[in-house]
Amino acid sequence: MTAEIIVVTSGKGGVGKTTTSASLATGLAMAGKKVAVIDFDVGLRNLDLIMGCERRVVYDFVNVVHGEATLKQALIKDKRHDNLFVLAASQTRDKDALTQEGVEKVLDGLSEDGFDYVVCDSPAGIEKGAHLAMYFADHAVVVVNPEVSSVRDSDRILGLLASKTRRAEKDESPVTQHLLLTRYNPARVAIGEMLSVKDVEEILGIEVVGVIPESENVLTASNNGIPVIVDATSQAGQAYSDTVARILGEERPLRFIDVPKKGFLQRVFGG
Amino acid sequence: MGILDFLKRKPEATATVARERLRIIVAQERSTRGAPDYLPMMRNELLEVIKKYVHVDLDAISINFERDSGHEILELSVTLPEGKQSAKSETKGEAKTG
Repeated sequence: MTAEIIVVTSGKGGVGKTTTSASLATGLAMAGKKVAVIDFDVGLRNLDLIMGCERRVVYDFVNVVHGEATLKQALIKDKRHDNLFVLAASQTRDKDALTQEGVEKVLDGLSEDGFDYVVCDSPAGIEKGAHLAMYFADHAVVVVNPEVSSVRDSDRILGLLASKTRRAEKDESPVTQHLLLTRYNPARVAIGEMLSVKDVEEILGIEVVGVIPESENVLTASNNGIPVIVDATSQAGQAYSDTVARILGEERPLRFIDVPKKGFLQRVFGG
Repeated sequence: MGILDFLKRKPEATATVARERLRIIVAQERSTRGAPDYLPMMRNELLEVIKKYVHVDLDAISINFERDSGHEILELSVTLPEGKQSAKSETKGEAKTG
């Protein structure tokens, strides 16, 4: 039994890769899967903060690759879910600390330990770290904002997923691509200020697997170190739950993509 | 639309502009995807050579790169200015891979 490898990537920075990795990994764990989530952003560790385990990092990904710690020592067990583990990025090492062979060894080790899913949180850009995060992937979640530079970069990433991955190089079935639209603001879309779900789907030629509305709960969740998917009352949390269910093969309609209907007073006086 | 909305400045529908700009740039970048990195440099050098003989500008040269099963086709097209003996000359070169 081999673990399914999911890379969360985007090209552009600041679009919500780490927020998505944390919620995706937590959501898969909530569905009963054994999950590891790995931070590939060597030098700029952040997944630990979003997962709320920053004070429990002893060994990191690079330590395991270099044989300075075992996988078991480096995996940090989640506070809320027994079947969810975090592998932090190294803070101090140089960018060349990760190698393709080293990453493969860690992923194989996780498969042997009975993990169902490994979520790889990619760094921004298309350099080595991003390349290694996507290389072994079976699935890719491409995070995109409804904004020109993000859409263009994600098209570039979709191209790399189709050519620079192990599946592409070995002529196996291609990496399954999932487009996740985040920071979506239905009110701004309605007045023509923001690209719509349909616009982004048409430009990139791929359907979205989920739409996460722009939400203050995302900042609150990161302040608290609790993945936003845990907050079942928030729209962003519910949208992430839907997304995880769709990745697991369930069919669910998109929610929170239209402006809520206005009441009578709002219709008369605006606002 | 409420009564008070008339007092607000109406924002421009800039999403349409964004969509059209993205359509063009994404299509353009996809057409050169997978092509060798030396293509833009080769294009400039070819232009320098052609300029020695004919006065053309950068837009007059287009390079297309296509990949068929097993071999790659590099298509170079130079549009010569009006009034010369041949208005357009096309040169094709093929390069086998592997």
